[in-house]
Amino acid sequence: MRTRKTTLAAATAATTLLLASPALAQTEVQWWHAMGGSLGELLENITDGFNASQDDYVVNPVYKGEYNETMTGAIAAFRAGEQPHIVQIFEVGTATMMAAEGAIRPVYEVMENSEIEFNPDAYLPAVTGYYTTTEGDMLSMPFNSSTPVMFYNKDAFEEAGLDPEAPPRTWPELEEASQALLDAGYECGFTTGWPSWVQLENFSALHNVPFVSGANGFASTDIEALFNSDLHKKHIGKMVEWQESGVFSYGGRYSDSRPKFVSGECAMYTDSSANRASLVAGIEDFEFGMAMLPYWPDAEGAPQNSIIGGASLWVLEGHPDEEYEAVAAFFEYLSSPEVQAEWHQKSGYLPITQAAFELTQEQGYYEENPGADVSVKQMNLNEPTENSKGLRIGNFLQIRDIINEELEAAFSGDKSASDALDEAVERANGELEKFHRQNN
Amino acid sequence: MLKRVHFRRSYLPYLLVLPQIVITLVFFIWPALQALYQSLLIEDAFGLSYEFVWFENFIALFQDGSYLYSFKITIIFSAAVTFSAMALGLCFATMADRVIRGSSIYKTLLVWPYAVAPALAGALWAFMFDPTLGIISSFLKSIGYDWDHRLDGTDAMILIVIAATWKQISYNFLFFLAGLQAIPKSLTEAAAIDGAGPFKRFWTILFPLLSPTTFFLMVVNVVYAFFETFGIVHAVTDGGPSNSTSILVYKVYKDGFINLDLGSSAAQSVILMVIVISLTVFQFRYIEKKVQY
Repeated sequence: MRTRKTTLAAATAATTLLLASPALAQTEVQWWHAMGGSLGELLENITDGFNASQDDYVVNPVYKGEYNETMTGAIAAFRAGEQPHIVQIFEVGTATMMAAEGAIRPVYEVMENSEIEFNPDAYLPAVTGYYTTTEGDMLSMPFNSSTPVMFYNKDAFEEAGLDPEAPPRTWPELEEASQALLDAGYECGFTTGWPSWVQLENFSALHNVPFVSGANGFASTDIEALFNSDLHKKHIGKMVEWQESGVFSYGGRYSDSRPKFVSGECAMYTDSSANRASLVAGIEDFEFGMAMLPYWPDAEGAPQNSIIGGASLWVLEGHPDEEYEAVAAFFEYLSSPEVQAEWHQKSGYLPITQAAFELTQEQGYYEENPGADVSVKQMNLNEPTENSKGLRIGNFLQIRDIINEELEAAFSGDKSASDALDEAVERANGELEKFHRQNN
Repeated sequence: MLKRVHFRRSYLPYLLVLPQIVITLVFFIWPALQALYQSLLIEDAFGLSYEFVWFENFIALFQDGSYLYSFKITIIFSAAVTFSAMALGLCFATMADRVIRGSSIYKTLLVWPYAVAPALAGALWAFMFDPTLGIISSFLKSIGYDWDHRLDGTDAMILIVIAATWKQISYNFLFFLAGLQAIPKSLTEAAAIDGAGPFKRFWTILFPLLSPTTFFLMVVNVVYAFFETFGIVHAVTDGGPSNSTSILVYKVYKDGFINLDLGSSAAQSVILMVIVISLTVFQFRYIEKKVQY
C-alpha cells in the first residue's frame, strides 16, 4: 500500500517537474484554501502577484471546498503523510490546530527561522489576539478575518419615520425601532446570521463577560462553559420574546437569514462584515447602511470590542526546511499593506495590519464607501480584555451545534431561554471535557 | 437403491468465487473491523495520540439524550420514507401499466428523479420550501399555514421525508412496473369476466402476486432510508432545527467527518451496522414467510 502510494507520488512529482521544467530551481509551496467563487479568484490574483514578484518560490493555491472540508482534508492528508505546507483553517478549528503539537509549525517559528524581519505588533491586536498564545507568540497567520456588524434598510427606516442616519445603538433602541417598523407594516424588525457567533460569542465580548473559563480558553483546555449567566439569559430571553412579537425573526444557523434582509422582510440584519460585498452587489431596491452591533446599556463594560470570525493560515510540519523559507517569504508578501488593503476592500474582510487600514484610509476608500470601516472601528473600540480577546475552545464545532440546537428549541418555544442555555452549557461541558482528555 | 453421486474434488469453484471474496474482505470486512477497533479508542483528530477506552464511547452514546432521540426520529423517518415511496411507486406503476398510448414518455419522466444526486434533490426541495423565497411555502402561507422548516421540527421532518421519498419513487416504480407486466393478463381478464371491479382485481390478484417484489423493495427501501439519505439531510436541514432531523446516518457523518470525533462516530457506525443486520435478518425470517414466489 505504502509503496504504491510512493510510486504514485513519485510519478506525480515527475510529471509536475516535467510540466514545470522552466521553474526547476523554484521551491514549490502548496496552499489549501476554502475560498470559492469571486473570493477564490481574488486569492489567486494575490498568489499570482507573489509568484511574479520573485523567481525563487512558487505558491500553488488549491481550492479544497468549504471550511470544514478543507480542514478535514488537511487532517486526512496529514495522517497519510501528504499534507500541504499551508492550510486555511476557520477560527472554530483554532483550538484543534493549536493542540496538534507535532503537526503544526507555529508561524512565529517559521518567521524566526527565516531571514525575514517580522514584527507581530504591526497587526491589529484584536485580530492577532485570536491566533497568539498567552505569551504573545503568533501561531497562525491571520488572513481573512471578519466581525459581525449590523446592516439596516435605510428606506424602511425613512418609511417608519426613523432617522436613516441614526441606526439604533442599543438593544432597547433596536426594540423601539423595530416596533415602529412593525407599525409601518414591515413583517419583522431584525434577523441574524450565525446566531451562536453573533448573539452569544460576540455578545459576550461586547459586554465584557467570559464565554468560557480559563481566560476564554486561552489559558487552559481544562475549562467550563459560562454562557448561561444572567446577562446571557436576559438577552436570549428577550430574543425569544421578540420572536413571538415579530421584532426578531429567526432565519437559520449560517447566513441563510440573508434573504430576509435582501427581500426587505426584515429591516435590520446582524451578520459578518464579509457580507458587505455581496449585499452591495445584490440589493437594488433599497439603500442600506452599516452600524455597530447593539448592546445592553445597563450592562457594565459594554460596549467592548467585538471578536472575529473567518480563517487564518496554518503551517503544517513535515517538509524540508528550505520550503519553510518560501512560506515565510509568502507570508511577508501577504501582509504587505498593498496586498492587504486590496483584499480588505474587495472582499469585505478586515485589514489585518494597521498599515493596511491606514493605506485604505489614505486612498479615500471609506469616504467613497461609507460604512466599510464600521467593522474596523468596532474591533478597535477598546483595548481587548481577557473577555474580548477571542475564544479558544476545543470541539468548538460541536459546541456551536449544541448552542444552535438549544437556541432553536428556545426560539420555537419548546424550551425557555434559561433552560435552553443551561442545557447548552451542560452539553458543551461534556464536549470540553472530552477535548481535554483527547489532548492530554 | 439410489446411486450416490460423487463429485470430483475441484478447485475451480473456489477460484471462481475468490474475486468476490477478496473484494468483500478488502472493501467490507476490513473497514468494518477498523470501525470496530476505532470505536474502542478516544483519539485526537490528527492521530497523534490515542487512548484505549473499551466500551466508553458506546456507554457515552446511550447516556446522550440526543443520540436516543436520533434513534426515535430515524425510525419515524425510515418508516415514513419506505411507506410513502413504495405506495407512490406502486400507484404510479399501476397507472403507467394501464396506459397504452405514449407510455414510454410517462415511464421516462417517472424514472428521471432517480438520476438526480441526493444532495441536489435535497437542495431542490429546500429551495421550493424556503420560508422566504420558496414557491410552495409562499403558497402555503397564502392558505394560512406558516411554513418554516428552519424553526419547526415537524416541518423539517416532513420536508426531508418528501425529498427522500421523491428520489426513491422512481426506483420502486421501475420494479413494480416490471412486476406488474410479468403477471399474465389472462388472470385479470378472467376476473373481469367474473365481474370483479378494478379495485377487487388489484387487491385480490395483482397485489398478492406482487408480494416478492414488494418484499424485495421493502428491504431495499429500509436500507436506503437508513444509509443513503444523509446527502439529503445535509443539503436541506443540516440535522436541525434543534436536532429534529438528525437521523442516525447523518449523525455518524457529522460527528466523524465534520466534528472529527472519530471514536464516537465509529461507535455509532458499529451500532448502525448491527441495526441494519438485525433488521435484514428480521425481514427475511419473519416477513418473508408471507411472501409467495
